[in-house]
Amino acid sequence: MTAPLDRADQRLRADDGLTGALRAFFDRVRAGDLGMLPVVVGLVVISAVFTALNPVFLVPNNLVNLLFDCATVGIISLGVVCVLLVGEIDLSIGSMSGLASAMVGTLWVNEGWPIGFAILSAVLVGALVGWIYASLFSRLGMPSFVATLSGLLGLLGLQLYILGPTGSINLPFESPFVRFGQLMIMPHWFSHLAALVPGVVILATGLRRRARRLRANLSAPAPTGLILKAVVLSAALEFAVWYLNLGRGVPWMFGLFVLLVVALDYGLTHTKWGRSVLAVGGNREAARRAGINVARIHATAFMLCASLAALGGTLSAARLASSSQQAGTGDVNLNAIAAAVIGGTSLFGGRGSAWSALLGVIVIQAISSGLTLLNLSSSLRYMITGAVLAIAVIVDSLARRSRISHGRA
Amino acid sequence: MTDSPKSPRGAPILSLRGISKTFGAVSALTDIELDIHAGEVVALVGDNGAGKSTLVKVLAGVHRPSAGTIRVGGQEVTLDSPARAMQLGIATVYQDLALCENLDVVANLFLGHELSPWNLDEVAMEVRAWTLLQELAARIPSVREPIASLSGGQRQTVAIARSLLLDPRIIMLDEPTAALGVAQTAEVLNLIERVRDRGLGVIMISHNMEDVRAVADRIVVLRLGRNNGIFDRSASHQELVAAITGANDNSVSRRMERKEART
Repeated sequence: MTAPLDRADQRLRADDGLTGALRAFFDRVRAGDLGMLPVVVGLVVISAVFTALNPVFLVPNNLVNLLFDCATVGIISLGVVCVLLVGEIDLSIGSMSGLASAMVGTLWVNEGWPIGFAILSAVLVGALVGWIYASLFSRLGMPSFVATLSGLLGLLGLQLYILGPTGSINLPFESPFVRFGQLMIMPHWFSHLAALVPGVVILATGLRRRARRLRANLSAPAPTGLILKAVVLSAALEFAVWYLNLGRGVPWMFGLFVLLVVALDYGLTHTKWGRSVLAVGGNREAARRAGINVARIHATAFMLCASLAALGGTLSAARLASSSQQAGTGDVNLNAIAAAVIGGTSLFGGRGSAWSALLGVIVIQAISSGLTLLNLSSSLRYMITGAVLAIAVIVDSLARRSRISHGRA
Repeated sequence: MTDSPKSPRGAPILSLRGISKTFGAVSALTDIELDIHAGEVVALVGDNGAGKSTLVKVLAGVHRPSAGTIRVGGQEVTLDSPARAMQLGIATVYQDLALCENLDVVANLFLGHELSPWNLDEVAMEVRAWTLLQELAARIPSVREPIASLSGGQRQTVAIARSLLLDPRIIMLDEPTAALGVAQTAEVLNLIERVRDRGLGVIMISHNMEDVRAVADRIVVLRLGRNNGIFDRSASHQELVAAITGANDNSVSRRMERKEART
């Protein structure tokens, strides 16, 4: 048998088997390709510190509440990942989510629209706002930083205008929408079943991919690593679900968030659109010359971002059972951006994944929940969250410098 | 100055007649005539401002000529956009290569032309990438490494391979060896010869007379936007320099004389 097509060059080290995979992993990390590592380390440190300070932190029901909060900010953060990947920024996501929450309140409660239409119209307004940002950027050359900063004020004004003098609208507690945001939990058997899905999918797609590669005479890793990964992941998820089920259980809203993450991850890694997004973020001119419609890619990224921000806003209205003037203000903006960056999506464009929103938001919400349990004033909480964000960006910049010197872009 | 050497085979696949391009009052190109045949390397040389880049941009569909006709495969065509030029089988490798450093070799090769857009066929793309690179005898250690980890010569190879992916008839290379070391230059020149042997017409722009004489079947000299002679590869350095600068007495020849006088 001849050497596989991709292993013909003798200069290439073949990282086969478990030791090879480990060696490749350490090489990547040393070269500054940190991936998810900072998040995992961060989560362990945060849990240890907060549990030592207040044991309530690790109680199942506190973690369930944490997941409820993660879902709303996480969905907003998912949109931020899209704009960061094309190398742009959207600073108005907080205001957009507040506007969406105000729209749902007025349209549904005051005007009597069906809740589905109210949510849909909020998301469509989000898409429209994103399209306006993209047009300002690609037609008028307005930097997204400035365009979305003015959007931050403009949308906040619109939110206040819609809510009018009363300033807040209470959403009916017994409605399915609010119950979804506050109470609805997966049945225990269902959550255990759902926790098996990722492992099974990893194993099935991995084995199919391996078979295809071998048939095409390309090298493929031995299945042991794949099986190990699937087993470890399934065990970890089953344990997490079991622990959460000791309390209330896994929120449906968190399930929706994970579903959106998986969908975006598929879009980014398995479609031509996702490849184009990464290319535009990496080298805009090269993408243009390769025949990619750069303006359209920008438009889709901004529209996705603002629509997801709107969806996150409506869900946080459900979570709080009210649409108020405070919705979307304060630290929502920064938390969503920080979550994406902490999760490993680069501020410089072209690097990152949908999963960074999930991991990053868990870190951010864990800090916020831990600080709340310590009864710290919001002055201290802001300072600590700000410091964490600064550290995350410093790690990103240092890793980027190291990647450049190690030829990993 | 010699007459145009005999064309290698049959009718030209690309022929330019009376191409002129003016920018306001400046005429960048005047009455350019150029024929490219299948399976030959034509080098385009000339001093700064001779109109090489303008000519390349006309052929790439970036600029429209002010006058003249372009025929591709005997058919008169209008090159009004880069996409149209690509469609007609004219591929361009620009000097800055335009590769995305954050993407791997396969992603760069297929950028904008991915197989099965809604569920990328990574295996088929990787196989196609390896086959293409092996046909070109290119030395790329792994197609799953990001471009950032490749050397200058390897990047040039990836850029050339990418232009070949769409099966062009003509490939234009803008200064392919300008940024390369000795060994890498030799590799790229070998690559150019292999592309020619696949039956493509190659237009190569270069300032380096050694590289030009090493691979070119014909050398077309431009000077101040006009044709200033066509040479074959046996032309001497002095002849070429004279045609490029427009005089036998020029700074290059005076340097050579001084050097010879000293030795």
